[in-house]
Amino acid sequence: MAELWLQFVLTIDATLRVATPLILCAMAGIFSERSGIIDISLEGKMLLSAFTAATVAALYGSPWLGLFCAVIVSMIFSLIHGFACITHRGNQVISGLAINILASGLTVTVGIAIFAQGGQTPFLMSEQRFSAISLPFAEAAKNIPIIGTIYAEVISGHNLLVWVALLSVFLTGYVLFRTSFGLRLRAVGEKPEAVDTAGISVTLMRYQAVLIAGLLCGIAGAYLSIAHGASFGRDMTAGKGYIALAAMIFGHWRPIPSLMACLMFGFLDAIAARLQGVEIPFFGPMPTDLILVLPYVLTVILLAGFIGRAVPPKAIGQPYVKER
Amino acid sequence: MPFAISMSGICKRFGSVQANDAIDLNIASGDIHGIVGENGAGKSTLVSILYGFYKADSGQIEISGTPYTHNSPADSIAAGIGMVHQHFMLVPNFTVLENIILGHESDRDLTRSIEHARHMLMNLAHQYGLVVDLDAEVGDLPVSLQQRVEILKALYRNAKILILDEPTGVLTPQETEQLFDILRSLKEQGVTILLITHKLREIMAVTDCVSVMRGGRMIAHLNTAETTPEELAELMVGRPVQVQKQWHQTQKGEAIVKVENIHLSNADNQNLLSDISFTVHAGEIVGVAGVAGNGQSELLNILAGITAPSAGAITYHGHRIAAENPANAQTIKALGVAHVPEDRHASGIVLPFSAAENAALGYEDDVSHGYKNMFISPQQLNARCADLMQEFDVRPQHPELTSSLFSGGNQQKLVLAREMSASPSVLLVGQPTRGVDIGAIEFIHQQLINMRDSGCAIILVSVELDEIMSLSDRIMVMNNGQIMGMVNKSDASVKAIGLLMAGVQ
Repeated sequence: MAELWLQFVLTIDATLRVATPLILCAMAGIFSERSGIIDISLEGKMLLSAFTAATVAALYGSPWLGLFCAVIVSMIFSLIHGFACITHRGNQVISGLAINILASGLTVTVGIAIFAQGGQTPFLMSEQRFSAISLPFAEAAKNIPIIGTIYAEVISGHNLLVWVALLSVFLTGYVLFRTSFGLRLRAVGEKPEAVDTAGISVTLMRYQAVLIAGLLCGIAGAYLSIAHGASFGRDMTAGKGYIALAAMIFGHWRPIPSLMACLMFGFLDAIAARLQGVEIPFFGPMPTDLILVLPYVLTVILLAGFIGRAVPPKAIGQPYVKER
Repeated sequence: MPFAISMSGICKRFGSVQANDAIDLNIASGDIHGIVGENGAGKSTLVSILYGFYKADSGQIEISGTPYTHNSPADSIAAGIGMVHQHFMLVPNFTVLENIILGHESDRDLTRSIEHARHMLMNLAHQYGLVVDLDAEVGDLPVSLQQRVEILKALYRNAKILILDEPTGVLTPQETEQLFDILRSLKEQGVTILLITHKLREIMAVTDCVSVMRGGRMIAHLNTAETTPEELAELMVGRPVQVQKQWHQTQKGEAIVKVENIHLSNADNQNLLSDISFTVHAGEIVGVAGVAGNGQSELLNILAGITAPSAGAITYHGHRIAAENPANAQTIKALGVAHVPEDRHASGIVLPFSAAENAALGYEDDVSHGYKNMFISPQQLNARCADLMQEFDVRPQHPELTSSLFSGGNQQKLVLAREMSASPSVLLVGQPTRGVDIGAIEFIHQQLINMRDSGCAIILVSVELDEIMSLSDRIMVMNNGQIMGMVNKSDASVKAIGLLMAGVQ
């Protein structure tokens, strides 16, 4: 019984680790899409910043510098997305897609040019990464049943960025629904004309929104390569940006429900990892491929019909054109 | 005392169109000043310049004696100008309070801004009699209250000059009266009001002075008390206009359209139409009156076979089409039903097509348009269109010209020509004169009367109550997807119809 409980607690712990980049990206998506800009380039920006973080950390030895550069790169690509979609009123999906394709190729190419390791970055030492923060008494608490295990395994032992991700959910909620800036941001995604006639620049609001999205995406990328992992690998985001997008839609563009959706996807991922090699009666070992595909299948199923009617911000995807 | 607004020599050009040409306009402080003009006369451009949406190419503006040089809505708001737009600038899923403070929050913190505004708005509401539930979601409010929110929004920003662009288009006659009461009380409090409209009756009812625009120029400034609707109409059009309508009593024939218990509900199971039943006889015009968005459009689409009803049946000439077995638009057209859609740009014509192509659209496999063995003869298509243009006075008479280059009135005449030339026994007409100049309105009304006299059954949907009242033999009033009443022409009064439009029986 105690063993089963420990297994469960460890799965929850893993859930949090896997869900962290999803949470950050989902919040990024909420900022961008609430302002009316579709952002499928979450994936690409996360990949670019994962690469940047790992490269800078490997070259200069500082995870903080890695994080900083990752965020800057991600925000630059947000600006590119904004320039195409806001200033030039381009198609938002196409622009996002272009960034994703560019990211996939660019990271590998530059990676080979710098490190000549087939697109990989060198393995990072522990001082080059964000390492786990052990909370006080975690070791001692392990022996206390139930609560102690939860404290030691689930709450303690995460790196800083996991906490940043959780904090970002509450910050997103606060900014969107409790500040005047949030009111304007939501208005610009629902009815930009109303914001324009109120004397506020729609363009400026939308640029601010995509920049915040870039910031959050950059943290998510850095988490993948220098906190959760210890190097960058080719296409290491593996669709997490899209899954975050799905979680955001599933959460109806709201922070807390989106967080829940991210945790659910994370949980599936964590279970999948634990189920590998488990024997199923009359069937034999659980096939690994089947397990790995589970979160993606769920994404499709959820988006296809089980989420009820998700009502997106009304002006989403539409460039704002001043009319007479 | 300086003028509240003083504009001189305002010019604005869009591409090859001179939208405003050396406009001079002085508005005395505390006046209700009307601007009238036909569509495209340049009224909207002028107020957009005043509100800072556009920068004038040349000319000066003074607000209360101070030169006004800035050019953004934010600057105009700061100068004390507020505007109620024709299409409301409100976020439907925000509350009234959130909409009012948007862009003008008193604090970074939203809750504090809202509470601060609540206090101020209570005072404003009391002062001007503008009562609205401040915590209601705007999308749930009827349009007349949404308009109040717009007015409150301007007052909250300390507007001393209020511009209203076509404010009565979405109101019932009683709501219009209420709006005018509000405007009069604003005037008493010293607010200057600029009213843009094309309804002369309203100009006469509420304004002190009126300016007339035509073709981008300011034609006349008049004291309302010293003018008449006839004079204003003549100034707007530039020639004498027949104000007396052409309607006369005729004998109606047999019932050829029967609508029985039509219901329509949307995906959310809300009733858009409930229990609609009526008959229309040959040689009769039935006008469908109502504030926009009360089910008229849905009804028209069902009658034309574009949407299938959820329940009920329609009978044309004894052909019964029940909801269980709906017909498409083509089948209905084959029964002799023609349809002039409400929105000509969305569903009446294809703008990039030539006039000749549009004149044949929907009837393109008709031999009279030159159809033969799957092929269409361009010469015959053009020749046919030239005939129609002659008959319906479409100008310029170039069948090969792209449709988007015609004026709204001429585009509408082209659609009417196409539908009427098919000699239908039933004609469905939606908003036949929306965005159409007065000269063309006269002509279109005459054509509708002629069709009726030749035995056609006409169902006319329009938000212009004047149009409905002057053309219809019977008036059917709709509110919230239901028929509120069917009134004979002889019994119809604006007041009675207005009450029915508001849902009061």
